[in-house]
Amino acid sequence: MRFYGTDIGSPLLLGTAQYPSPAILLEAIRACGTDIITVSLRRETASGDGQAFWDILRQSGCRILPNTAGCHSVQEAVTTARMARELFGTDWIKLEVIGHADSLQPDVFGLVEAAGILAAEGFRVFPYTTEDIGVGERLLEAGCQVLMPWGAPIGSGQGLRNPDALRAMRAHFAGVPLIVDAGIGRPSHAAQAMEMGFDAVLLNTAVAKAGDPVAMARAMAQAVGAGRLGCEAGAMEPRDMAVPSTPVMGLADLA
Amino acid sequence: MIIIVNATEHKVQSTDLAAALAELGYAGQAIATAVNGSFVAAADRVGTPLRANDRVEVLAPMQGG
Repeated sequence: MRFYGTDIGSPLLLGTAQYPSPAILLEAIRACGTDIITVSLRRETASGDGQAFWDILRQSGCRILPNTAGCHSVQEAVTTARMARELFGTDWIKLEVIGHADSLQPDVFGLVEAAGILAAEGFRVFPYTTEDIGVGERLLEAGCQVLMPWGAPIGSGQGLRNPDALRAMRAHFAGVPLIVDAGIGRPSHAAQAMEMGFDAVLLNTAVAKAGDPVAMARAMAQAVGAGRLGCEAGAMEPRDMAVPSTPVMGLADLA
Repeated sequence: MIIIVNATEHKVQSTDLAAALAELGYAGQAIATAVNGSFVAAADRVGTPLRANDRVEVLAPMQGG
């Protein structure tokens, strides 16, 4: 699996927010074996509250994928991306342009515009988008080489709410790395996405808010592994009627 | 003069961004900055003038999903 020419081992991308403690965050990162963690930017105090988190990021050894979470306009998202590139020393950016405050649905028009600006500046854009194929096409035209459709609203844990559309998207963008981002709540959701042929999943709340985040991180890693293997193995097609798996030939007459 | 740093008013003597950040205690920290909504790279902070009521954003790494 390659994102922007970089080989990635684990198909699980992990967010770093809402964990009970920094120590549990680090343990969860290690338990799931992720290669990529997402981070954000927020206002800093003169006492340097964010500097301790910076130290944790370094300890993780993971590749950093900064996000533009909370940005509701193209200007906000582009400026945040520029600030993130300098601060984290990476041209990777998880681009979010939020269009609706309650659902956190992407503003796909602003997303395409911001993606074009950032791609022209050399950013490697990971756009948080919907399962709309037309929008995906525009994002690729804007310079994106990865697409990240949502499974369900951010933090909802509802799983894949529109599997038919996601399946169609997977089929349409056969050669494009696709990451299901947002809405994953359980290991079965992650496995389902991978079974459908998605390249990876990005999740945060499902692990951070689990009763035991470290155990859930491990479960998610196993789920994405099983889902990928299942996809590669080729699942049988469902049937409308029962078909006996035990041979009927040679069945004794015991009536 | 008064400038707005992270939505809070601060009185500073400095007239450029780098000096104002040092005056406010941000020296040596891993931060990124913007003035009036536009990104200002670390290398450009010296020589970026500040005027009264300018809005300065000082951001640092934070947990995110």
